[in-house]
Amino acid sequence: MQFDYDVSGDDFSRAGTASQDIKKRLQQLGVPVTVVKRTAIAMFEAEINMVIHAHGGQAHVTIENDKITIVMEDHGPGIPDIEKAMQPGFSTAPDSARDLGFGAGMGLPNMKRNSDFMHIDSTVGKGTKVTMEIRIKNA
Amino acid sequence: MTIRQAAAVVGGTFACHEDLADKEVKTACGSDMMSDVMAFYHDGGILLTGLMNVQVIRTASLMDIDAVCFVRGKEPTEEIIELAQENNIPVFKTELPMFPACGKLYAAGIKGNGQEES
Repeated sequence: MQFDYDVSGDDFSRAGTASQDIKKRLQQLGVPVTVVKRTAIAMFEAEINMVIHAHGGQAHVTIENDKITIVMEDHGPGIPDIEKAMQPGFSTAPDSARDLGFGAGMGLPNMKRNSDFMHIDSTVGKGTKVTMEIRIKNA
Repeated sequence: MTIRQAAAVVGGTFACHEDLADKEVKTACGSDMMSDVMAFYHDGGILLTGLMNVQVIRTASLMDIDAVCFVRGKEPTEEIIELAQENNIPVFKTELPMFPACGKLYAAGIKGNGQEES
C-alpha cells in the first residue's frame, strides 16, 4: 500500500505530521517496534529538512511485506556537496532552524543510520530526491 | 523511579497527563536539539529540554519517550499541551535550569543512555 503526503513549507509546527501518521499506520499493521521507530525517525528528519531547506515537498511511502520505502522529493536549492552534507555535525541550516531545535547537522546521518538503504539524488537549483528503504525483519 | 517521583526530584509541576505519571523510568536525556535526541538517545525515559515548540512533543512521540520535562521555568504553550494530551505524553515543568535538573535526577538514580554508564 502507498501513502502520499504534501509537506508544507510554510508551517514549521506542522512538520512531522506525515511521519506521525505513518508511525500510527505501521503500528496498526503490527510492524515490529524497532522498524516503526527507525521509519519514523528517518522520515521525520527528512520532513524537517524539507521544511528548513526546500520550502516543503512531497513524501511517498510504500509499505510492502518485507520493506518500507520512503521517497522524499522537493524542488528546493539542491545539495552542492552530498558527501559533506552527510558528515555528522555539518549543517547549512539557518539560525532560525537551530532556534527551533534542528540544524545540529544530524539530519542526514540520522536518516542513513535508521535506514537499510539510502540514496540522494540532488541537482543544485532544481531539487532533491531522497530514497530510503527500511527492511522489515520479524523479531 | 516513577515519572511522578522524578518530577518531585526536580520540584516539577504537571501540565498534562499526570494520570500517566506512575510509569517507571530508568533513563533520561537533556537536550535542546531534537536531532541530537534522535541520534544519541534510544531509551524511552524522560526528555529534559528548554526548547519550547511542538516538535519536542513530536520527537518524544516518535521516539517513544515516556515524559517531557521543560526546564528553566518555561511554561508549555497550549499547542504543546494539546499535542501531548493527544499523544499520551506526561509533561511537567521545573524552575531549575538544565544542568541542576539533570544533576538532581542523576543523583537520584536516573541514568543516561546505557553505553556511557559504568
